[in-house]
Amino acid sequence: MIYLDNAASTRPAPEVLAATRAVEDAFFANPSSAHGLGAAAARALEAARGEVAAALGAEAGEIVFTGGGTEANALGLLGAARAARGRHVVVGGLEHPAVARTAERLAAEGYTLTTVAPGRDGVVRAADVLAATRADTAVVALMLVNNELGTIQPVDEVARGLLAAFPEAKRRPHLHVDAVQAFGFLRVRPRALGADTLALSGHKIHGPKGVGALWVRAGARMEPLWDGGRQERGLRSGTENVAGGVGLGRAAALAVAAQDAGVAATIERERDRLERACLDAIPGARLTVTGAPRAPHIASLAFPGFPAEPLLHALEARDVYASAGSACASKTRGPSAVLKAIGVDDRTAVLRFSLARTTGPGDVDAAVDALRGAVAEIAEISPPTRIS
Amino acid sequence: MNTQSVLLCRYGELFLKSGNRKRFQSMLVSNVQAAVAGVPDARVEAPHGRILVRVGDAHAEEAAERVARVFGLVSLSLARVVAADETAIGDAAVEVARAAIARLPRRPSDGPVSFRIDANRADKSFPVRSMDLGSRIGARVVAALGLPVDLHTADLHIGVEVTTRGAFVYAGTRAAPGGLPVGVSGRGLLLLSGGIDSPVAGWLAAKRGLALDAIYFHSPPFIGEKAKDKVLTLGRILARWGALRTVTVVPFTDAQKQLRDAGAGELAVVVYRRMMMRIADEIADKIGATALVTGENLGQVASQTVENMTAIEAACRRIILRPLVTYDKVETTDLARRIGTFETSILPFEDCCSLFVPSHPATRARIQDAVKVESSLDVSAIVAAAVAGAERIAVTP
Repeated sequence: MIYLDNAASTRPAPEVLAATRAVEDAFFANPSSAHGLGAAAARALEAARGEVAAALGAEAGEIVFTGGGTEANALGLLGAARAARGRHVVVGGLEHPAVARTAERLAAEGYTLTTVAPGRDGVVRAADVLAATRADTAVVALMLVNNELGTIQPVDEVARGLLAAFPEAKRRPHLHVDAVQAFGFLRVRPRALGADTLALSGHKIHGPKGVGALWVRAGARMEPLWDGGRQERGLRSGTENVAGGVGLGRAAALAVAAQDAGVAATIERERDRLERACLDAIPGARLTVTGAPRAPHIASLAFPGFPAEPLLHALEARDVYASAGSACASKTRGPSAVLKAIGVDDRTAVLRFSLARTTGPGDVDAAVDALRGAVAEIAEISPPTRIS
Repeated sequence: MNTQSVLLCRYGELFLKSGNRKRFQSMLVSNVQAAVAGVPDARVEAPHGRILVRVGDAHAEEAAERVARVFGLVSLSLARVVAADETAIGDAAVEVARAAIARLPRRPSDGPVSFRIDANRADKSFPVRSMDLGSRIGARVVAALGLPVDLHTADLHIGVEVTTRGAFVYAGTRAAPGGLPVGVSGRGLLLLSGGIDSPVAGWLAAKRGLALDAIYFHSPPFIGEKAKDKVLTLGRILARWGALRTVTVVPFTDAQKQLRDAGAGELAVVVYRRMMMRIADEIADKIGATALVTGENLGQVASQTVENMTAIEAACRRIILRPLVTYDKVETTDLARRIGTFETSILPFEDCCSLFVPSHPATRARIQDAVKVESSLDVSAIVAAAVAGAERIAVTP
């Protein structure tokens, strides 16, 4: 099996599985319980919080565990917007649905929403984001790495611009950052980045599904999405997922260790090799975006005139697993908003190969062979339509 | 307290079919039995040309939901069973009315809920006549709840039936789909894709008494496993209506490749469908189905023309039933929502391999042209290979 769909989900690390299993077994008590078993569970969770914080160069008290990346984004965006006086929200035009659709919720609640269009290079311009802000802007939300293209968005530049444009801290819009695809591949330092909240997910970094975290800058004004037992500093009521938190902590620590060992450079080298080999092997293939800085693990390739889903399944038949996207593959498939936003036409298949530290050098070669075969098989049945 | 409830099942059209009435009734009874199989303590009785389902209160609602999907029934009522005794009937009527009012969606400005009693004395040994029973029970409800009686436009109809099996008291009726009991019209083979139309076509055919199996043409590797799962999910939804028994998955990629190599060109859609019909014919032989059912519609897509349909059906031995042939898309979509297939049908997995479909399909195919394309092929070998690779999968609700 050649698994190159790591931006969708990763295989949990053996250490993570061992840790979560041990926690489920030993620390089943409620961390809020007054007895010693509860204290043991709470200690395990706090140790994990420390690991996540360390991976971000942050304080443990700034980490709120959530039920995944989507929830972390919802809490960051909705929680900040509802705590603010202003009723205007700015989001980047390439955001994941976790942010884009949550922003639409705010619009339905009466907020004004400005979505900043990206360039064809798959990057939203910082100047455009800043120009979209107003005196009543409550939140600016921008992803660090786009999940379909891998492009790095200018979050730091936006943060600096907000500082300059809104010198008075309490009038400054809240900056929420979706770092789900960045964490583990780029050094993520939310404070240095200038974020107010920053979202992470466990299963994108070889951790468990159903757990994520929101880094919340100390002093950031936030409202919880719901109320209850007021765990997680009151921002996320509900009995803590101790095993999930511990799994996320382990996964974060492993990711940092791998980064220290230079894994990002290795992944990037393999990614570049994959892209070059595909472009050489397949006439007409091109990189979906060029020119912009990108995270090391995502290769997005465009195949003009090819249908996306059959291509994906032809790869699957060769035991290679990737993701497909296209601006409009068929009547039944909803368009990928990201590909539409950067102007990919609707008869171009876009395949995303996403690597991880579990990707071996043989994987790339096998994937290229498989792609060559899949493209040939489909071209034989249905020659690619000419796109002028 | 686990008191007894009874579902009073009503059927309409069956009475018209004097010659077949007995057969239709017994089919309907066995379909109702199949629908409530698995509901604890549910028992179907069929006294004197009616159908009752006895069920404990705890499972009454579940049984009612299932029976409301049985074709051939026009309506049903969930009744309480009490002793055939005026006081007991009166108590039950008050209780049933109170519960029904609580369920009525009403605003304060709507005023008080009006009601009427529909009493019927099937057991003529009961001492009070229907008319008198109605007014006496009505008086009890007025006294207990203070509701106004309205014989003509009542908000609430309370039914009372006195039988030798006890008295049944209920509020209102719920609709059942009507039609004919599944099975009385024989067996059909439905060409099921993952789209909106074919499940609706199957539902309509079942509604006219056709018991169904389905056939699905799968094109691996270009079509993923999720597309197949989606079709099986649609099959399960049809099984909830008692309409479908199995889905036969037929590998179709090789057939498509050979037809393409034969130079089908713009005739591709017609020759693919002719091949599908031949394969369906063979599968129908094995299953014992006498008709094919498709979701074809006149003019919905460019290739769905009378000429093309003529060329397609010339390839098969069986009649092709096309329940949706004259439907507007919006009518089909509305029905799909009611049946419960719509949400599944719109899931974004490609159902029929767009790869093999020409961008400008022929709209007026002639049979002889299709035959010419096919002449270079060993059609029976293609059909045999597809049939040999077929996998029949049972679907249950």
